[in-house]
Amino acid sequence: MSQDLSATPETPKEDGRPEWDNKFQYILSCIGFAVGLGNVWRFPYLCQIHGGGVGSWMVSILVSLYYNTVLTWVMWYFINSFQEPLPWSVCPLNENRTGFNEECYESTAVNYFWYRKTLNITPDIAESGTFQWWLILCLAACWAIVYLCTIRGIETTGKAIYVTAIFPYLVLTIFLIQGLTLPGATEGLIYLFTPNLNTLKNPRVWLDAATQIFFSLSLAFGGLIAFASYNPTKNDCEKDAVTVAIVNSMTSLYASIPVFSVLGFKATTAYWDCLDRNIISIINEFDLPEESIMRQNYTSWISFLNSSYPEKIGGLNLKSCDLQEFLDQSVSGTGLAFIVFTQAIILMPGSQAWAILFFIMLFSLGLSSMFGNIEGVFTPLLELQIIPKSAPKELLSGIICLISFLIALCFTLRSGSYWIDIFDRYAGSVPLLVIAFFEVIGVVYIYKIKRFSEDVEWMTGRKLNLFWQITWRFISPLLLLIVFMAFVTLQMQKPPSYTAWNPKYEGFPMKEEKVYPPWVQAICVLLAALPCVCVPLVALFHLIKQKRRNKSPSFVPPEGFSCQGANSNSSHPKE
Amino acid sequence: MQCLSFPLHPGNCTALCTTAVRVCSSPDAQNAFKVRISIKTALGDNAYAWDANEEYLFRAMVAFAMRRYSSKSTTQISNVLLCNVTDRVSFWFVVTDSSKNVTTVPGSEVEAAIRMNRNRINNAFLLSDKTLQFLKITSTLSPPVEPSTPVWIIVFGVVLCLIVAGIVFLIVSGIQKHKKKNKESTERENLEEKVEVTLENGIPCEALDLKAGHINGVFAAEDERFTSL
Repeated sequence: MSQDLSATPETPKEDGRPEWDNKFQYILSCIGFAVGLGNVWRFPYLCQIHGGGVGSWMVSILVSLYYNTVLTWVMWYFINSFQEPLPWSVCPLNENRTGFNEECYESTAVNYFWYRKTLNITPDIAESGTFQWWLILCLAACWAIVYLCTIRGIETTGKAIYVTAIFPYLVLTIFLIQGLTLPGATEGLIYLFTPNLNTLKNPRVWLDAATQIFFSLSLAFGGLIAFASYNPTKNDCEKDAVTVAIVNSMTSLYASIPVFSVLGFKATTAYWDCLDRNIISIINEFDLPEESIMRQNYTSWISFLNSSYPEKIGGLNLKSCDLQEFLDQSVSGTGLAFIVFTQAIILMPGSQAWAILFFIMLFSLGLSSMFGNIEGVFTPLLELQIIPKSAPKELLSGIICLISFLIALCFTLRSGSYWIDIFDRYAGSVPLLVIAFFEVIGVVYIYKIKRFSEDVEWMTGRKLNLFWQITWRFISPLLLLIVFMAFVTLQMQKPPSYTAWNPKYEGFPMKEEKVYPPWVQAICVLLAALPCVCVPLVALFHLIKQKRRNKSPSFVPPEGFSCQGANSNSSHPKE
Repeated sequence: MQCLSFPLHPGNCTALCTTAVRVCSSPDAQNAFKVRISIKTALGDNAYAWDANEEYLFRAMVAFAMRRYSSKSTTQISNVLLCNVTDRVSFWFVVTDSSKNVTTVPGSEVEAAIRMNRNRINNAFLLSDKTLQFLKITSTLSPPVEPSTPVWIIVFGVVLCLIVAGIVFLIVSGIQKHKKKNKESTERENLEEKVEVTLENGIPCEALDLKAGHINGVFAAEDERFTSL
């Protein structure tokens, strides 16, 4: 295979593959999508044999479906940011206009806007509810934008990526400066940087870290392979891989600082509000002068009053206010951006501008990842020649976007956000691990690391570093295996559960813990297993095809040609 | 008893005193209202102290409200009785009717009067509905102003128009490029068909730029080299 490649001229053919306008576009695309192990030139053939290609393709499809729904929510918030006051800053009034809407009053205006006005969420995953028309409109707009940017493959995404990959960094810096000036920011940062050694003992934490870095680097999606395949053949892929991995991790760290400052700010504000409400109740009940109980001496007052008038205190139903609890609470859930940040934005001067800036940033972040996902779906279809070459690319991308839009409509139901959590947890975790594992094993042990080192040396011009040899041969597969085992073991231990937003729950506004019904659990298993099962299935399929071909010697194996699409014009000796 | 602190109208002092005592000892009486004032919350550093003068003003405002509501000028400041003033600042008040044998005015009337003049009462004390609370009288909140078309639909319309314009532009330019490419390739085919006879090394002669070619000196046509006919 390598001999044929050295004979290939490097000029692009007329009807051949598109190319990046410049190197920077490519790097940006990968940073936008994040690279790792997948950055290997011309891998589809191997992926085909080992079914990893189909597996990756399935994962890309599943992720594209739900990922764009998150973008839908971002778009909904964006178009709502043009009002004064922001709709998530005030509670609507109740029917007789004597007070605020009860659900809103019990929780916060921000929570109400997210759970009621945006999602209109049901208290249980089994209750699907109706379609939310405003979300359908936004979903259509999002898929239209994705179509606009991917209409001609990397020709158009290469241009769009300049904006979508760079803009978020600007906005993050602005938020960093603003976030550090907020009160309570230090609490958030202390929370971020204080290691809690007990949590390290929990294997769930390691598992989440491993899956997070996978998802973050977007490995095993096939999208990176697709991006890389548009590079010129002699490309320093080692440098690219290291660059993008480092940039990805640095970005995560950099982004966590403003996020946690804002988190600390929000937790502190909630804590103060909790205290203030309690203080008001106590002052009103005991007719004490104003400002006699302040936040600082609250605890001493409470203990004094509790000892002297316990029944009165008991009758007030005071909520216990604990800052740590608020800090812990804010971190979980897909609504992190929509609840934490929106809360903080209300309190900043010029909140409309902040809101617009923030949501455009989120949108570009998500959009650049969507490019990778769509490429991961698009390119294999072209490669596997399921679609004839004469079909215009615009049509193919249009069909992909349309079908995805129609399927993603089910996420606009009232229970949609619960389903997105499921997809996120099951389609976006185990299959990636399995596919990545098979990719590593495939390259190192089946393609043989020696041949691969030669390929890499040909591409980069230097010998393959020992570090890569050791990690690819032993460390990576071992780690992947361990993480996979840990995940499966953890899942078996207790029935999978979720937290539901239920206004009728007695602990409201805390979310209610519920267990998934059996049919939902079956779907979870299906989501996780389907992409993984492709690997052995397709391998079996190719094995059977190979055996049949070996029986009839006059038949020329077409695999030798399939990965050499550009070489279709050159002649091959026929047996 | 706080009864003694009231400036008593001569002649009615005993009756008023009795009413006051009755109200103060059982403040849950139907026609009494509890008021809660939070001056420091409202005004911060500019807060004034709640003293007897402020109480006098309050009673005057309530009397004013009653007068405006029932439009009869029989209610006097002395008809308004306050009691149980705490440090919070909170107290109970009741309005008596001197014409009807010193009974208390029904709570509904008082409530209606207060509601009607709430704004005036608040402003007299530089407070708001939240900081000057009449506990049994709930205030109606003004709903936020809603434009007839929600703003977000307008923004959505703008965004969608831009996207559709972009898609149409890209598709049309793609089709044009495709047509041009097709036209070029058919032209080239026609060209190749016409000049098939005069192909040199697979290149049609007409496409050759003869000026850029090298002239082979051996074969250059110099008239002297050839024998004339």
